[in-house]
Amino acid sequence: MTQLAEQPVAAPHREHADADMLRVSDLHAFYGESHILHGVDFNVKRGELVTLLGRNGAGRSTTLKSIMNMVGRRTGSILINGNETLDMKPHRIPRLGVGYCPEERGIFASLDVEENLLLPPTVRSGGMSLDEIYDMFPNLYERRRSQGTRLSGGEQQMLAMARILRTGARMLLLDEITEGLAPVIVQTLGEVLVKLRDRGMTIVLVEQNFRFAAPLADRHYVMEHGRIIEEISAAELPSKRDHLHTLLGV
Amino acid sequence: MTMIFGVPLAVFMGQLLLGLINGAFYALLSLGLAVIFGLLKIVNFAHGAMYMLGAFATLLGMRYLGINYWAALLLAPLFVGLLGMVIERLLLRRIGHLDHLYGLLLTFGLALIFEGSLVNFFGVSGARYPTPDALQGGYQLGFMFLPIYRAWVLLAALVVCLGTWFIIERTRLGAYLRAGTENPALMQSFGVNVPLLITLTYGFGVALAAFAGVLAAPLYPVSPTMGSNLLIVVFAVVVIGGMGSILGAILTGLGMGLIEGLTKVYYPEAANTVIFLVMILVLMLRPAGLFGKEA
Repeated sequence: MTQLAEQPVAAPHREHADADMLRVSDLHAFYGESHILHGVDFNVKRGELVTLLGRNGAGRSTTLKSIMNMVGRRTGSILINGNETLDMKPHRIPRLGVGYCPEERGIFASLDVEENLLLPPTVRSGGMSLDEIYDMFPNLYERRRSQGTRLSGGEQQMLAMARILRTGARMLLLDEITEGLAPVIVQTLGEVLVKLRDRGMTIVLVEQNFRFAAPLADRHYVMEHGRIIEEISAAELPSKRDHLHTLLGV
Repeated sequence: MTMIFGVPLAVFMGQLLLGLINGAFYALLSLGLAVIFGLLKIVNFAHGAMYMLGAFATLLGMRYLGINYWAALLLAPLFVGLLGMVIERLLLRRIGHLDHLYGLLLTFGLALIFEGSLVNFFGVSGARYPTPDALQGGYQLGFMFLPIYRAWVLLAALVVCLGTWFIIERTRLGAYLRAGTENPALMQSFGVNVPLLITLTYGFGVALAAFAGVLAAPLYPVSPTMGSNLLIVVFAVVVIGGMGSILGAILTGLGMGLIEGLTKVYYPEAANTVIFLVMILVLMLRPAGLFGKEA
């Protein structure tokens, strides 16, 4: 398995239908001396849309960053497409077909919109073309020559998402994409997520806005104090809604 | 005879050309410093030593290996660039997570080691490097005499500066560089090998200095201290232009050379200090530099 981890792209025969795209086991993560994740366990099947819910500081963003190897030290196991990635260098992980959209969006001020879009290298074939992306986000086409950080918050969010669709990533890790955005933009983002799921994308959504996430997701994981404390499927959701609201404190 | 503000035209133009030549060196060196500072956030005090090593590689290459000027123009920057990559990989990377002051101290120490070792072998008096045959002589333009080698230095420096600007501002690799400067962690999450990018950038930055060193070899005495003398002025130029702007580094370099040249014509006593006066003025009025972004 460790040898396979050195391969930038998983062998095709691994890609059978309902295998796990992502399997995280007993994941601990540390920033310097502080121990942030305390044994996170969850899995995401190919083509699933799964949310990580929880209060601020529960460790949801850190979980996504740990998957990308962007935190300090990590222990446990993170299998992406069957490849152990714990010892992989950060720049190798996207080449397994992972696209990461950070909470702070990370739009580059020194690049214009189109340069931002074209920036992430293609990691696999089968990504969306620039035309398809502009089709999905017409605003970005109109503003393609603007400096990236001159866009509105909603447009920046669309740009941050659109950017990783071009690369051929099959699994998207999206951190708080609706945060601080107007309801109409949130609705547009919801429609985009449905389209991406229909294209067979696997999506892990860290979300504060439960009403946004609830109708989209196949399953929900609730995090608290750096652990997964509850797993709720879409079918169980109506009966567990009150319980969930208590957990999230909403 | 035509006079410009009481100075003969030929003298005026001659000093202007000298100023531009100096400016071309300032531009090449401050450009390398700006590129390195952008991605590594290191104030590269070894930059003058790299310029000096470029000149020495040219001199010693000819003396011991029979490498001519034209080959040196390519080989000396390549050699120094590789040396820079080794330095980055083995030394600078280890202190990358520390305060930037450590990078400054380390590169300053390296500069002293390079200079000291060469002083030990070659002394400080400096050696002459012959102007290549094809670039000897000059043209009488009527209003001034234009030495071919100086015209060549100006042209070569400008081409390399603009080429660097083009790569950084207009190509995909340059976009990686600019984006990596802003947010290296995110660039890694896109699958860009940022540590490799940093090594190559440092190598490229010091190769620019070495290129300037090759150009300087036939103009100035090749001596171990030639770099440290120049570097102080170049740092003033960088402060005036503002860190991090590529075009700013080029324009400020040329501009400061011109100002220095003009001062030589009208008030020679101040020629060596005028750049520092401009620096003080700029620091008072625009602390981020003429082209720098306000932090």
